Order: sequence, then C-alpha cells, then structure tokens
Amino acid sequence: MAANGTPLLELEGISKRFGPVQALDRVDFAVSAGEVVGLVGDNGAGKSTLVKAIAGINPPDEGTIRFEGREVRIQRPQDATELGIATVYQDLALCDNLDVVSNLFLGREQIAPGPGQVSRQLDEVKMEHETADLLSNLAVTIPSLRSEVGTLSGGQRQQVAVARSLLGEPKVVMLDEPTAALGVPQTKQVLQLIRRLRERNLGVVVISHNLADVFAIADRVFVLRLGKAAGEFKAEETTEEHVIGAITGVGEGREKNDQELEETEHKPEEGGA
Amino acid sequence: MSAAETTADDATTGQASSRGQAIRRIVQGDLSSVRVVLGLVLIAIIFQVQEDRFLSAQNLTNLMLQITTIGLISVGIVYVLLLGEIDLSVGAVSGLSAAVMTVLSVNHGWNAYLAIAAAVVVGASIGFLQGSLFSRFVVPSFVVTLAGLLAWEGALLQVLGKTGSLNINDPKITGLANTFYSDTVGWIFAAVIIAAYGAVLAAGYRKRVSAGLADGGPTSLIVRFVFLSAIVIAAVAILNSDRGVPLAVMILLGFVVGMEYVAKRTTFGRHVFAVGGNAEAARRAGIRVNAVRVAVFTISGSMAAIGGVMAASRLFAVNQNSGGNELLLLAIAGPVIAGTSLFGGRGSVWTALLGALVIGSISNGMDLLSLSSAVKLMVTGGVLLLAVLVDAVARQQRQTSGRV
Repeated sequence: MAANGTPLLELEGISKRFGPVQALDRVDFAVSAGEVVGLVGDNGAGKSTLVKAIAGINPPDEGTIRFEGREVRIQRPQDATELGIATVYQDLALCDNLDVVSNLFLGREQIAPGPGQVSRQLDEVKMEHETADLLSNLAVTIPSLRSEVGTLSGGQRQQVAVARSLLGEPKVVMLDEPTAALGVPQTKQVLQLIRRLRERNLGVVVISHNLADVFAIADRVFVLRLGKAAGEFKAEETTEEHVIGAITGVGEGREKNDQELEETEHKPEEGGA
Repeated sequence: MSAAETTADDATTGQASSRGQAIRRIVQGDLSSVRVVLGLVLIAIIFQVQEDRFLSAQNLTNLMLQITTIGLISVGIVYVLLLGEIDLSVGAVSGLSAAVMTVLSVNHGWNAYLAIAAAVVVGASIGFLQGSLFSRFVVPSFVVTLAGLLAWEGALLQVLGKTGSLNINDPKITGLANTFYSDTVGWIFAAVIIAAYGAVLAAGYRKRVSAGLADGGPTSLIVRFVFLSAIVIAAVAILNSDRGVPLAVMILLGFVVGMEYVAKRTTFGRHVFAVGGNAEAARRAGIRVNAVRVAVFTISGSMAAIGGVMAASRLFAVNQNSGGNELLLLAIAGPVIAGTSLFGGRGSVWTALLGALVIGSISNGMDLLSLSSAVKLMVTGGVLLLAVLVDAVARQQRQTSGRV
C-alpha cells in the first residue's frame, strides 16, 4: 500500500464516536517516509477527526496506532510531538505581534550562554541564525526575519507555520488545509514547500478541499466519507472524477457497498486512466 | 538563492527608501516613542512660553520627583497591558502596602528595610491572589481587580485605624524620595550608564557580525549611543545645577531598565508578549499561559507596592487618601499615551517612564500656571483621548497598507 517500504505511521480500525455521531468508523490509514498523502472528503467526513486522533487532541475510542512498526498510545498532544508527529492547523497558531524568529522558536527559546542564563536571557543571534538556515534550506523567502508575522502574506504565514513544525525534527507532518484562502502564486509556494518536505524524507499528510492542489503534490489520495474509508487512489493512476465520485458517493465510488469497500480499501483502486 | 543573499538584497533595497520609511513609521506608529518625545517637546515649549520657570532646573527636578510613584506603578501596568488585561487595584494596593510599611515601622518599631520588604510582600501577594483568581476561574481581570480596588481600600482604612493618618519618622524610609547625590556622584552615574550602554551595544553588534547577521553598518547604533549619551549628560547637568541627582530617579530608572530587559530579552518576557498576542497559540507552543498570567499580576502588585512606598516617603506620611484620587487612572493612562496597546502584545516598559513624563509635565505646568484641578483633569483627559485617537488612526493606516 505504501509508496516505499513499511509505513512510518499506521492506523488500524480507528473509531471515534461523539455522542450519537460516529465520526470515524474502523478507518485504516497509513503514511510512509517520503510520501505525501492527500486526505480528502466532504465536510463532516471525518478528516479533522482523524488528524486530531493522530495528533492526540481527540484520542480514538478504538483501534491501534503503530509508529515505525511499534504500537503506541497517543493520548495527549505531547505524546504525538514526542513521537515525531507535527501538526500545522488551519489557524496556524502564530502570534501576529511577534517576529518570524520569535514565532519559530516560541515555547522552545534558545537561552544565551554565560551570565544571562540566570534570567533565561534569549539568544536572539543564535535563533535568528538557525531560522535563516532553516528557511533557506526550505527555499522559503521572507522579506525580513524580524518583521512581525502579522505583516506577512497568507502564503508566507503558512510557510512560517510549516517551518516551525520542522524545528522539532518530526518524522510525520500533518497540514490542515494549507492552501485554503491563498492566491495562486502563494499556493504554488506552499505546494513547493510540501514537495521539499517529501524530499527531506518526511511522511506528509495534507488535508485539502482543493483536489487540484492534492493532485499537484500527493502520491496517494485517501478519501473519507461519513467517517468511513471510501477509497484510496494512486494520484498518478486516477482522475479527479474518480476521487469526486468516492467523496460524494455518486458514480463509480457508489458501485461498491460498504462491505466491499472494507475489503478493497487496502489496495489502491485500479480504475482510473 | 540562499537566505543570506536574500537578506542582503532586501537590505540594499531597504536602504534606498529608508528615509521615506522612517517618516512613515513615525506617522504609523512603529516609532510611537518618537511621537511621544515630540509631544513632550511640544508640551515643554507651550508651558515655557507661558511661564519661564517651567524649564528651570528646580522645576525639572521637582517634575522628576513627582513622576516616580506613577512611573513605578506604570511599570507593572505595562506588563498587565502587554497581556491585554487590566489591573484596577494598583492604586489601592500602593496605599495599603505603604500603610503596612508605616504601621510596622512606626507602631511596631520594625527595621526600615524589613518594613519596606513587608510592603512589597503584601503587594506581591495581592497580585498573586488576583492573578490566580483571574486565571484559575477565568473571571475578567477587570472585575477581579475592581473588587480588589474596593477591598484593599477598605483594608487601608482598617490598617490606618482611627487616626486615619500616620507620619513616618524613620530617615531610611523618608530618604528614599528625599536623598540627592553630590555633583561628583551624579557624573559617576552618568559615566557608568553611558559606558554600560555603549558596552551592551558594542557586544550585541560584534555578536551579530560574527554570526554573519549584520544588517547595515554600525551607523544606527552610533546614532543611538550619541543620542542617549546626550540625554544622560543633559539630565545630570540639569539635576546637578539644582539639588543633585535624586535617589528616587535612580530607583525609577533602575526598575524601568531592569523590567524592560526582562520584557524584551528574556524567555519570560517573550512569553508575556506571546500570551498577549495570541494566548491559544502560546498554549499550543507549550507555554504555561496561566503561570505567565499569575506572574504578571504579581509583578503588577509588587510595583504598585514599591510606588506606594515612594509616595509615602515623599509625603513623610500615609493617610486615607494614599493611593487614591486619580493615581490609578494616571498610572494606566501614562503607558497608553506613550504607545503601549490596551489590547495586548505591543508596548515597552519605556512607555511607563515616557507616559509619566507626559502626564507629570502637564500637571506640573498647569500647577505653575495656577490652574484649578478642574482644568487639569479635563486637559489630562483630553490628552489621553488624543493619544488613543492618534494610535487608532495609525493602526487603521497600517491595516489598510496591509500591515496589521
């Protein structure tokens, strides 16, 4: 199922119930190193619930999670962070009043050596240096590292948020709607950045409503519908129509009933072009 | 293209339009402190034209003594404002803390320093309590500290007892606001401040150069150094030509510089700005938001107590009016006039000093002109409104030009 080798992160039979709503129903999901998986589905299909289950915000009721082949429990956001799973949420969680360097190192500030340690003095020079290195590695261009994040464009803010998630040296990065509300050139920049994450051999999960963007970057497209896995496609071998069919449950995706779906969801669909 | 090349490109294009940008910044509020200094100069000119004693050494020394209490309380208020919160109890806390100190010193014969320490502990404890209530129960800080304002004023009356007023006779306490240094000591202060500032600037510049982060030459640093040195030398010269550099001014300056360092250079200060800017983002970044909030209110209470001690020292007494009247509102208005945002995340501790100077100058100048307190209050209110309006217009302009 994975693009190469054993999956980095593997979910099996994940279920999550909110009161009467079955938000996730026995979902199997996996992402490998150096692979971009597009997670798509209609509103309320369970995309965010799945990401939150992996990120430790809403732990699943049932199912097992394996990370690097080892079974793990993710009960709190810190558990996910410690494993090496970083999440960039749609609201980005940036402090608009702080500059790029401060935002990148927020909560993990570098302390200056010497007498300044007593007051936990910031090592601004070191942080700025590392920020410049990281951003240039990712080919992210920001006018000035000392400009307030609130003054940056939406695309730049998204790139700052993604760069920040990389500071903890994660192995899996999940991005929630990274291109929503971005203009065409900015979307291009962000997609380029996601490709660079793949080059760094990270496992990348991208939630998106925009199928064009998903097809532009994803190796694999995973469709959720009403909390259930509704299809899995290799991006190269399928078309948007097939994926839309699976998302809406109309057309080709509709030909199978739920039981068949469960049997086929581990194999990429062979339909497509 | 590497980041180094990019920043170099930006630096050159930046320099071409830097003059236009500097002017725009003054208008749009990046350099709001420059705006306030210009305002101060304007105030000085207006009063000097009407009454030529205004800029005399004696009056400027008086002005500095008059602003120490407000300035010290404002230092704590700046921290609360950076969180986007408000502390309405600081006036009452300053009165209560001073009363505790005085009662311990006068009635119980405590050592002066122990009595002062007790006052600060009272202020810090009250701040800690209010901060804990505010963050633990998610009650608006406005309400918690409004309740505090009433309660601590009652406590002040209780502590003072029937007489309602106590005179301080310990010279160690009264000396805080009434000690003046000799000319020589004044110049030594000036030399130490200038040398320390130069050393800090030079060390910072050298570190940036060695890390390859130098943006532009040292010109702007040299300008800053010369500017500050000129101010320090002028201030000491003026103060020396009257009674000398007051201890109170050194205490105020010490707290402003120290707390500005904490706000801008330490991890704690960074977290205060982060919580004030986006508490949810700060929480997700692993910052203990509630601990930061409690610490900030503790600072606010402590600074209020220190301000109260200075006020009592200057007055040689504590009475039922201590910490009352418009002290609270002026201590909050000062930093806001000088550019600290009421909405959190923006400002500096210097605005405590600058704001106190603006408010103190207006009050002092109108006293010289023998205007009634009716006029004084109305003018001060007008200046506060004007400052907030200028700030709001600047913010709108920044927003329309795409900079939030």
